[in-house]
Amino acid sequence: MGAFPWGRPPSQCKGTTVTEPSPDGRLRRRDRRTRRIVVPLTVVSAIVAGTVLSGCGQQRDPDVYTVMNSSTDESYHRWDGDTLKRCSKELGITIEQQSVPAAQLMTKALRMASSKSLPDVLQLDASEMPTFAEAGGLIPLKDLGLATTDIPEGIVDFGSYDGEYYGAARTVNTLALFYNKDILDKAGLKVPTTWDEMRDTAKELTQGKRYGLALSAGGAEDGVFQFTPFMWSNGGDETELDSPEVAGALDYWKALLKDGSLSKSTVNWTQADVNDQFMAGNAAMMINGPWQVETLNAKKGLDWGIAQIPVPEAGDDSVGPLGGGVLTVPNTGDSEREKTAAKIIGCMASEQEQITYALNSWMVPANTKAAAVWRTKAPELAALAGQVSTARSRTAKVGAQWSSVSLALQSAFQSALTGESSEAALKRAQRQVTSGN
Amino acid sequence: MSSTTASAATAGAPQTAGTAAAKKPLSPQGAKRRRQLAQWGFIAPAVIFMALFFGYPLVRNIVMSFQDYSPTTFFTGEAPFNGTDNWSNVFSDGLFGKALWQTILFTVGSLVGQFCIGLALAVFFTRRFPLNGILRSLILLPWLVPMVVSGIVWRRIFDQDTGVLNSFLGTIGLPGDTPWLTSTSMALVSVILVNIWIGIPFNMVILYGGLQEVPKELHEAAALDGASAWRTFRSVTLPMLKPVITVVLVLGFMSTVKILDLVLALTDGGPADSTQTLGTLTYQNSFVQMDFGAGAVVGNILILISAVFAVFYLRVNRNEGK
Repeated sequence: MGAFPWGRPPSQCKGTTVTEPSPDGRLRRRDRRTRRIVVPLTVVSAIVAGTVLSGCGQQRDPDVYTVMNSSTDESYHRWDGDTLKRCSKELGITIEQQSVPAAQLMTKALRMASSKSLPDVLQLDASEMPTFAEAGGLIPLKDLGLATTDIPEGIVDFGSYDGEYYGAARTVNTLALFYNKDILDKAGLKVPTTWDEMRDTAKELTQGKRYGLALSAGGAEDGVFQFTPFMWSNGGDETELDSPEVAGALDYWKALLKDGSLSKSTVNWTQADVNDQFMAGNAAMMINGPWQVETLNAKKGLDWGIAQIPVPEAGDDSVGPLGGGVLTVPNTGDSEREKTAAKIIGCMASEQEQITYALNSWMVPANTKAAAVWRTKAPELAALAGQVSTARSRTAKVGAQWSSVSLALQSAFQSALTGESSEAALKRAQRQVTSGN
Repeated sequence: MSSTTASAATAGAPQTAGTAAAKKPLSPQGAKRRRQLAQWGFIAPAVIFMALFFGYPLVRNIVMSFQDYSPTTFFTGEAPFNGTDNWSNVFSDGLFGKALWQTILFTVGSLVGQFCIGLALAVFFTRRFPLNGILRSLILLPWLVPMVVSGIVWRRIFDQDTGVLNSFLGTIGLPGDTPWLTSTSMALVSVILVNIWIGIPFNMVILYGGLQEVPKELHEAAALDGASAWRTFRSVTLPMLKPVITVVLVLGFMSTVKILDLVLALTDGGPADSTQTLGTLTYQNSFVQMDFGAGAVVGNILILISAVFAVFYLRVNRNEGK
């Protein structure tokens, strides 16, 4: 890495404060110069020769703070905008919202890091947060005075990396079993609670073009997210993919497919596709998350219910995955602004704001007291609250390695669902993770 | 002949330079230097542009493939060199060989399909018939649709249970449960079919243009000699089209080998990695695993493959020019 010949001399970069501690000035100067180079995106530069010029860092306005999130949907953007308006008033500052598509948020934030123009508050997906924290990009929230009182341990873990609390969740979501009440009533069936019951129910509900159950086993994070409740409830673990418990969970999926209760297209469906199939009446039950509720309610004549995901044996815990974003303070080197950023997070994640956001987005407040209030206001989603109380974070055990585990796992369950034995596929996945490829 | 005109032209140049410099006398060397400077001045923008937007990313990408380039690098600016670690990691990963093989299948399959159908349509449209122009522009439609949109639409069409394609096949009495995108043996074929659909307009337009250049007299002469239509096509049309065919195939190759968006929209590389190509592997390494060094390795291999064909293309073009 070398300095860029046409980079402006440091004196011209107004507002770029470099306060990162370093042992000697020489090294720091080199750091400063290397940051101002063209940052090529590996693939993109290879393929379309796209480069991003990252000149001097953006000049920060002392009274304007930025929150970057992935709320590109109109409703989410509006809800967040309203929250920030209230917080601006409370804190006496101006807070601006910047929304980037979820899939691009991470790379965009990294580019901003190299050009020293990170936002004051960054909302990251909880599964991506460890990568950012590992790179040294986040400030521990406790250092900035944010406490974790009244937040359940699982949700503190959800926002933590390596024992350090970096991300405050406003609300969390998880997966649950959605069912079509009319179809179940007509067939005289009860909502299944165990794997055997679900298998029988799904089999009975599979008729004509309708499948008993829909879930996503697609080759991306969606599929892995959906596999975790089966893997975890069965006692399996992401640190040992070739264990009999994980294989048992995968065999259960295979059995559903073999029964014909799942569509063969399952391996090509995202969670949104699953929801479409459920709404079109092509599936009697589905595994999905509360973010679909807004769409489900928009469909007239669809009477749906929600329950915990069935467990292997009666009495087992139904362990789902925790999902959602966490609010973090990126390391911008300006400690005064970072303190204010923490106040912004404190306001956004306050009990009242959590309840408002949860009621809007159908998710569950992170704070125990807020969750209790929410439960009285959204009783139809009570099953979700139960599911959240036992839910686990995907990255608590493997941290930044999650992306490798996820890739290996999706390849494995897709191989198994298209013919290979679960044991062989999972053994290969475990090898893949340990060899670091 | 040509040599005399050439020398006249070169002889004429200093004369005009001389008249321009008449107000301020210049030594012959000075005039020459100025002319050279002007020549470089004209080339400079292109050279600077190339160096900035092609040379620099290319060199950076090569350097990056020998570095441990992780998310941390974006904060510290430091990417320690790790020798050939990235390269050996990529090569020892079983997925690389699989992706390479699938890229070859994808590229060859797409090119053959696009070219044959494109050529057939181009020949078809050289005949005069009503609505020729309108039909020709309609066939251009796939070209106008963004790749990702095509991918999403085709994913719905291909859906095994609710897709239009299977229900159509079912109604005309063919097996209506083809696992287009859900079987490991079929998914790559489906992706190739969509890419052929996308590539036909390009092939048709360029080849149609080439066919317009073939002199009608040659066809008339062939007809007088009693050649059949197939014989005329083989011995007159195809040889005359050769330079255009080279262009179409080489350009088609370079845009096909780096396929990424279509595969991501259709299958995400699945099921079970059966549609992973070098393009998706680069994406996965860099933007899912955040291992930019490994991503750069695969990117470089793609560049190398394209470069070989680009050189081949330039050579062919140079020979045609002579």
